Amino acid sequence: MSALWYQKTAKEIRDAVHTGEATALDIVNSFIAHREATDGTIGAFTQCWDDEARETARSIDEKRQQGQPLGPLAGVPVSLKESFCTRLGKTTGASRILENFQCPYDGTAVTRLAQADAVFLGKVNMDELAMGSSTESSVLQRTVNPWNHDRVPGGSSGGSAASVAMGCSALSLGSDTGSSIRQPASFSGCVGVKPTYGRISRFGIIGLAPSLDHAGPLTRTVEDAALALNVLCGEDPADSTSSDKPVPDFLQGLSQDIKGLKIGVAEEYMTDEVDEEVRGKITEALDCLSSLGAELVKISLPGTAYDAAAYTVISTAEISATLARLDGVRYGMRDPEARTVQDMYVMSKSAGFGPEVQRRILLGTHFLSGKNIQNCFVKAQQARSLIIREFEEVFTQCDVIAGPTTPSVAFPFGSKSDNPVEMYRCDRFTLGANLATHPALSVPCGMTEAGLPVGLQLQARRYDEETLLRVAFHYEQNRGFDLGFPPIS
Amino acid sequence: MQYEAVIGMEVHVEINCKSKVFCGCPTVFDAPPNSQTCPLCLGMPGGLPVLNRSMVDKSMAVGLALNCRIARETRMDRKNYFYPDLAKNYQISQDDQPLCYDGYLDVDVDGEMKRIGITRAHMEEDTARNSHTVGGGQSGVDFNRSGVALLEIVTEPDIRSAQEAFAYLTALKQLLQYLDVSDCNMEEGSLRAEANISVRPVGSDKFGTKTEVKNVASFSGVQKAIEFEIARQIKVLNDGGTVLQETRGWDADKGVTLSQRLKESAQEYRYFPEPDVPPIVVDDAWIDAIQKSLPELPTARKERFQKEYELSAYDAHVMTLSRAMADYYEAIVKAGADPKKAANWLMVELLALLADAKVEISDSPVSPENLAALIGLIDTNVINGKIAKEVLVEMFKTGAAPAAIVEEKGLGQISDTSALEEAVQAVIEANPQQVADYRAGKDKIFGYFVGQVMKATRGKGNPQLVNEILRRELDS
Repeated sequence: MSALWYQKTAKEIRDAVHTGEATALDIVNSFIAHREATDGTIGAFTQCWDDEARETARSIDEKRQQGQPLGPLAGVPVSLKESFCTRLGKTTGASRILENFQCPYDGTAVTRLAQADAVFLGKVNMDELAMGSSTESSVLQRTVNPWNHDRVPGGSSGGSAASVAMGCSALSLGSDTGSSIRQPASFSGCVGVKPTYGRISRFGIIGLAPSLDHAGPLTRTVEDAALALNVLCGEDPADSTSSDKPVPDFLQGLSQDIKGLKIGVAEEYMTDEVDEEVRGKITEALDCLSSLGAELVKISLPGTAYDAAAYTVISTAEISATLARLDGVRYGMRDPEARTVQDMYVMSKSAGFGPEVQRRILLGTHFLSGKNIQNCFVKAQQARSLIIREFEEVFTQCDVIAGPTTPSVAFPFGSKSDNPVEMYRCDRFTLGANLATHPALSVPCGMTEAGLPVGLQLQARRYDEETLLRVAFHYEQNRGFDLGFPPIS
Repeated sequence: MQYEAVIGMEVHVEINCKSKVFCGCPTVFDAPPNSQTCPLCLGMPGGLPVLNRSMVDKSMAVGLALNCRIARETRMDRKNYFYPDLAKNYQISQDDQPLCYDGYLDVDVDGEMKRIGITRAHMEEDTARNSHTVGGGQSGVDFNRSGVALLEIVTEPDIRSAQEAFAYLTALKQLLQYLDVSDCNMEEGSLRAEANISVRPVGSDKFGTKTEVKNVASFSGVQKAIEFEIARQIKVLNDGGTVLQETRGWDADKGVTLSQRLKESAQEYRYFPEPDVPPIVVDDAWIDAIQKSLPELPTARKERFQKEYELSAYDAHVMTLSRAMADYYEAIVKAGADPKKAANWLMVELLALLADAKVEISDSPVSPENLAALIGLIDTNVINGKIAKEVLVEMFKTGAAPAAIVEEKGLGQISDTSALEEAVQAVIEANPQQVADYRAGKDKIFGYFVGQVMKATRGKGNPQLVNEILRRELDS
């Protein structure tokens, strides 16, 4: 049995450690062994902290022996996206410009996990500086979809999703600016939650677009996501955009049934542009929710048509400023050939940033230049206000919105990397929740004939993660299949 | 042609918050390079700014003291430009919604009051400091200053002369020091003044092309730079040339302004709202609390001093030059000294000693209570004014109380009649010729006898008694 700890959920693991059924060290060793057997193919892990992980596990076991109380994630093996700042190891953002960057501090989410007695196994791959939907833009390595190695794992938190789906970490910390937790969760077959903006501190995450950036957990089950959110959520004095709203016990909220809850189904999410097979799986999921006593209601989200434009302008504008600090002056890559200040900037950034990052920085600079501020940036902000209002209105008609996380399943490597607009279109159902800042998640809702996971996206009112997780939990318990683990090749 | 100058001032003042404006780093001047830094003010990934509430309080106090309107809902913005002294390559500042706007400051220009409009006062963060080795090759950046709270105060183009600019800066500095929001030390860079200067024919309502003069280390330097720049621009125009829009630096040694950078078009800063800092909402209660916390401001205090202590306009002006001075003065009066005598002793005697020793009044070794006690010793005839000056010098050296010094050094006035009579007798005996002259009607010589007696008593003789006894003895 002990050899199979990696197949257990985070909740099972922490219960086993709390009761003494297993030692944290045995559990960590099981995960490390499984990673050694599989990650050579998957390529999720970019840094492995085996020695440190075993040391942490031993200290947790010691704590238990001494009768000291253990945290709510005791012994749970966790991986961190490369964009989370840690003293340990490097914090590269999967970018050349931060290739050797050692961060002098731990971010708040990382600290909270550590205080809950989680065990960090290492860091996992991502799109460069979290820009992308396939993890192909990482300069570190290639990460494949665990279910089909010719296909992408999704992105930007592709390493997180692949490592969790594969059973190489029980929980992974990801971030989501437009889709980056939910889309890879959907592509790789795991649960990914983007809570309400402000629920999880952004302090210590390589920022991208601060008004859209969210941190969140990727897990194998909804219950594990609730467990992780219990630890991660809460006000942080180091992030003045974090919320002081009280954080309920999300685990406790799961069990209550969903009878009478109104599930909104938007026509805009079920168009012909969505793969027929995906639509079929979503329809089955909606039927399941209906059979559990939820009421399906038709809703309309015409503002979805503006999501991509508003998102592109706002996110790239913020990116152009936020990433300006990566200039090689104080840390990070500096081109040694540069002889003037101007050259130092131009040469370091040209060599340090990949094409997608450069594209977005240039776009954002353009949107903020001259008259474009009025014509693009201010318009996009206005569109965002309209989108927010539309969601507020829709959430008076329903409690949760259900639909596909992505219009199609994981695509083959290289099929979209030369076509950024096609790549951006993968995100079109997920952007709304970032713009309007309400919580959303993706939960697996089946496999295609070709054996690729499909994700169901649920969205709820701001700060109503309880209802969001409750619906997802009841769906997961009753969906009639177990995704299991991808075969080890 | 007759020209007039049109001048607007931009003053950057470091606000004396205990920590930087967006992080908890301390702000001590002259600490070892990069010793007061953290991931945020170094512009590290993942650092987030958290606005220092005391910066808003102090900025609002300045705004209210400058008769500004206070924005009820405002925000911070990102001002984007690349420079190695800017940790994030954007400065968190305020663009079109400054915290304070539409104010004014009344300034005394040679006894005439002049109203200078205040366009705005906005909050921002200071940059780091670059230094370069001589001959190039190496540049260093000290981030201790990166993120220090900075308030930029901008005037309307209301100033018409270098003298008015000087008066404005003096009044502004006085106000800021009264508010205790900055030490306004130009040498340490906690106050930096820039002047936008243009000239136009008298009577014209159009603005001429302006130049911006920077890097001036003192108010008198600003005055000289403006004088130079006005004359230079007029000469350019009179010679048929055109003034170029540019930034000019002040060369204090040569006494000239020199072109630094042409400004052909306005720099593009790509301002947009700072997403990491939530909007700042200011309610009535907040404004009221700051308004109530404001100290009595210089103009009001000067007027009160004239009325309450019957000081002349000049004396009241000097007594209120700084808050420390005014506080010191009122402490002397409160300790029981006559207001006019207090003003005299402070202005004439103590200020001279302080100036010689280059000591600020707030660090005066003579406490106001002791100065009041000294004045009391004169009033009660324990010492005379001349001795009192000596005692004050001693007080300044040792910080001791005047009575103790008088006693220790035996400086008390001699009012003992028999002792004085003895001294008078000795003087009369030693000067038979002068006595004869006096008695022969040479009245004017009386002063000579007084001097001799005072000399014999080493200045301690009670002047009134000495006079009386001398008259009695000589006239008998």
